[in-house]
Amino acid sequence: MSVPALAIEHLSVDYTTAAGPLHALRDVGIEVAAGEIVGLVGESGCGKSTLIQAVLRLLSPNAKITAGRMALAGVDLIGLDPEAMRKLRGDRMSVVFQDPMTALNPVLSIGRQMVDIQYRRREPRAAKRRRAVEMLKRVHIPDPESRFDQYPHEFSGGMRQRIAIAMALMAEPALFIADEPTTALDATLEVATIELLKALQREIGCAILFVSHHLGVVAELCDRVNVMYAGEVVESGPVRPVFQRPQHPYTQRLLACDPARVRERTRHLPTIPGDLPDLVSLPPGCVFAERCPQVFEPCRRAPPPALKTAELEALRCYLAKPSS
Amino acid sequence: MSAATSAAKPAAARRAQSALRRVLSEPLGLLGSLLVLLVVLGAGFAGLLAPDPIALAPIDRFLAPSMDHLLGTDNLGRDLFARVLFGGRIALVVSLGSTAASLLLGVTAGLVAGYGPRWLDNLLLLIFDALKSFPTVMLALALVTLLGPSEWAVVLVVIIANAPSYARMARTQTMSLRHAQFVEAERSLGAGAGRIIASHILPNIVGPILIVASMDIPVVIAIEAGMSFLGLGVRPPTPSWGTILESGFEYIQDSPWAVIAGGLPIIITTLGFTFLGEALRDTFDPKLATGPR
Amino acid sequence: MLTYAAKRSGLALAVVMVVMALLFVMIYLIPGDPARVALGPRASQALIDELRSRMGLDKPVWVQIVDFYRSVLTGDLGNDVLSGTSVLRIISGQMPYTLDLIFGSMIWSILVGIPLGCLSAMRRGSLVDRVTAVLSVSVIAVPAFVIAVYLLLIFSIGLQWFPAIGAGDDPLDRAYHLVLPSIALGLGWVGYIARMLRASILEVQGENHVRTARAFGLPEGKIVFDYVLRIAILPTVTVLGIGIGQLLSSAVFAEIVFARPGIGKLVYDAIITRNYPIVTGTVLVTTVFFVLVNLVADLMIAWLDPRVRRNLRR
Repeated sequence: MSVPALAIEHLSVDYTTAAGPLHALRDVGIEVAAGEIVGLVGESGCGKSTLIQAVLRLLSPNAKITAGRMALAGVDLIGLDPEAMRKLRGDRMSVVFQDPMTALNPVLSIGRQMVDIQYRRREPRAAKRRRAVEMLKRVHIPDPESRFDQYPHEFSGGMRQRIAIAMALMAEPALFIADEPTTALDATLEVATIELLKALQREIGCAILFVSHHLGVVAELCDRVNVMYAGEVVESGPVRPVFQRPQHPYTQRLLACDPARVRERTRHLPTIPGDLPDLVSLPPGCVFAERCPQVFEPCRRAPPPALKTAELEALRCYLAKPSS
Repeated sequence: MSAATSAAKPAAARRAQSALRRVLSEPLGLLGSLLVLLVVLGAGFAGLLAPDPIALAPIDRFLAPSMDHLLGTDNLGRDLFARVLFGGRIALVVSLGSTAASLLLGVTAGLVAGYGPRWLDNLLLLIFDALKSFPTVMLALALVTLLGPSEWAVVLVVIIANAPSYARMARTQTMSLRHAQFVEAERSLGAGAGRIIASHILPNIVGPILIVASMDIPVVIAIEAGMSFLGLGVRPPTPSWGTILESGFEYIQDSPWAVIAGGLPIIITTLGFTFLGEALRDTFDPKLATGPR
Repeated sequence: MLTYAAKRSGLALAVVMVVMALLFVMIYLIPGDPARVALGPRASQALIDELRSRMGLDKPVWVQIVDFYRSVLTGDLGNDVLSGTSVLRIISGQMPYTLDLIFGSMIWSILVGIPLGCLSAMRRGSLVDRVTAVLSVSVIAVPAFVIAVYLLLIFSIGLQWFPAIGAGDDPLDRAYHLVLPSIALGLGWVGYIARMLRASILEVQGENHVRTARAFGLPEGKIVFDYVLRIAILPTVTVLGIGIGQLLSSAVFAEIVFARPGIGKLVYDAIITRNYPIVTGTVLVTTVFFVLVNLVADLMIAWLDPRVRRNLRR
């Protein structure tokens, strides 16, 4: 049993606000085995970004980790001092963010940036340059030798995202976090980028935490998936059971709302009525109770614990039938 | 229709009220407003508050502040407090008047440049850039050589110094709005250029330009005072803060009071308008902010 | 980069041509007869006519325009009405004093303003930050000549710590004489630079590419220099370009208040004595200087920020 690339247990993160502590993440548990691709889905505001920032330990100054454990390939992340944490970033774990247009430094050439991030290696510049050019070839950037000294604004959005992926995978990290990498790209680019990710993952063998609200892509790419809502993981398990036989009412509604799934022509796309709960003063019971079509009495009393079921690793719902 | 418009007015008034409250709730905004109010009231009620500003009394020259002369007297025995208050009138009238003129000319030029043909735009841009290239004082000196010193020279300098910036802002915004969807729609309905500019483009661009103009007021006051200080602006015996400061400077070895009296209102007014302008800008359009808060 | 430099220089040249044209228009509009004004009311008509023909005022307008451009471009800005010396020589004689003042002011305001701006950005919201903010706004608001007069009053006349007149002889003495005027002129710029830098640092720090750099574990020092400051400094460079031109203007006040020699005093005296060639010559020289400084600033920015090179059409 190898060490998981990423192991998050009972993680809670609060933001300090004028109105009081905002409970952005509560008792979140996520595991990504070595070499596995795990998805993280949820609507805007569910805490995906906070989670990624927490893993990177790049939370904003008014955020605090109030409970839980995080380990990257066995190394405890919470207890690590900032210098040691910095050493991990870009080396054992790397990230690609959502917006390719602004993710790269506009006043430095992409080549310079790709050499910069190799600062840890004690090699001559030429070697770093060669490695960078090789990587650009692997992500199918045409004519990388001559484009090496060009600036980000001279590349299209799709190419910039591929450059970002190249940068992230160049160090062959244990964990690669992809934060909505295809959201800003159009459909055809998205397909190509996903194919690229799959191919690279096979070659490099890193684990991927793939964050997205695009359910189809997650189904296509990931082995397992976690569904988040308002700061909690509400359902978690292998991709097929979660998407084909969702147990949590939120997941069910989420899948029903996916426009790709709508079978008949209609003027009104399905939505989930209601709003996200106030994360400063949370309701006493299940966080989805207000909007849940199957809400019943125990839901309002206390938040449901995460239970293991026959097909799922975790399900936070009083409707759950736990495996014995 | 009428129900909508009568409902719209209270909404606009309420917006203005809440904006005012926001400006006054900030400490600098409050301070700025108070200072400006002080200056305006002082200038407005100058006649009631102070004796004759040009009455000569050479015997009483260089007096220190006292109950008779709240700020003392200058080298000709004139009451400094009175001169300061009346000087405020000049400062406010000239500044506000020339700012209004710069806005009028600048925005018009910008609209023409932005909406008209490309060659006109290029020509106007070149003229704007050339006008802005003149360092302000040199411009003032050159113009006064031509026109002789007067308040009108000040107005002209202000216009030449400020109108190009407003013109540029107006031009940029006009150009981006020119191809906006709603303008295209209006054009397809047969609206002529004049109507489009006046009712559709103009209301959308004035906001930020007005804010920038209000932040320029302290600069304009400084131009007037500076030119009067150099003898290029208001002519004696009309009191202007610049001339008070200048005559104080001439006799600085004899008495500090004229210098103090001349500089103080300039400081108060520029600080007041600047604080107020910053607070206004922060309230209405923080995107223009280049500083704290 | 080269194409941008060429285009930008061409633009600067065009602006200078237009400035000269405007200047000529102004000269041509001088009411009254310059020759008569220069010689005084009791001069004979013959003398006036002679001066007129020497000044080229009797030729048709278009000839005068061509002559004007030709003479300016060959460095002949005319001669001083009173002494007959070349205007260009007079101006270049006085220019060094003004340049001392300008660069003295700019250097000290950069040396104080930039660290202050960085400090305010790094300790955002702290007391240092808030006090700096209010003070910055205040010194920008108050005109330099008022500050100059007050400094003179307090430190020169009152406390007698610094001289009130002149520019000094040897380098040390000249520096001593530069203290008060440089402070007066530079104070506003300290505020401006500090403010500007603080705002752009905060803006850049929040941008995505800085987040990326952090996510790759780049050392903080490298992030600060290559990823934050390198971009944040750009608006400040623009400001410096404008600043030098502005300082040239404000230098007039400092020269008059502190009785220093220089361009400002030169042109101020020239107006009083109706020495028009000096006035127009100085205005021309200072405007060209301003245009040149802006050109250099723009080129520096284009060198630092490759995005600018793409669009010349602002």
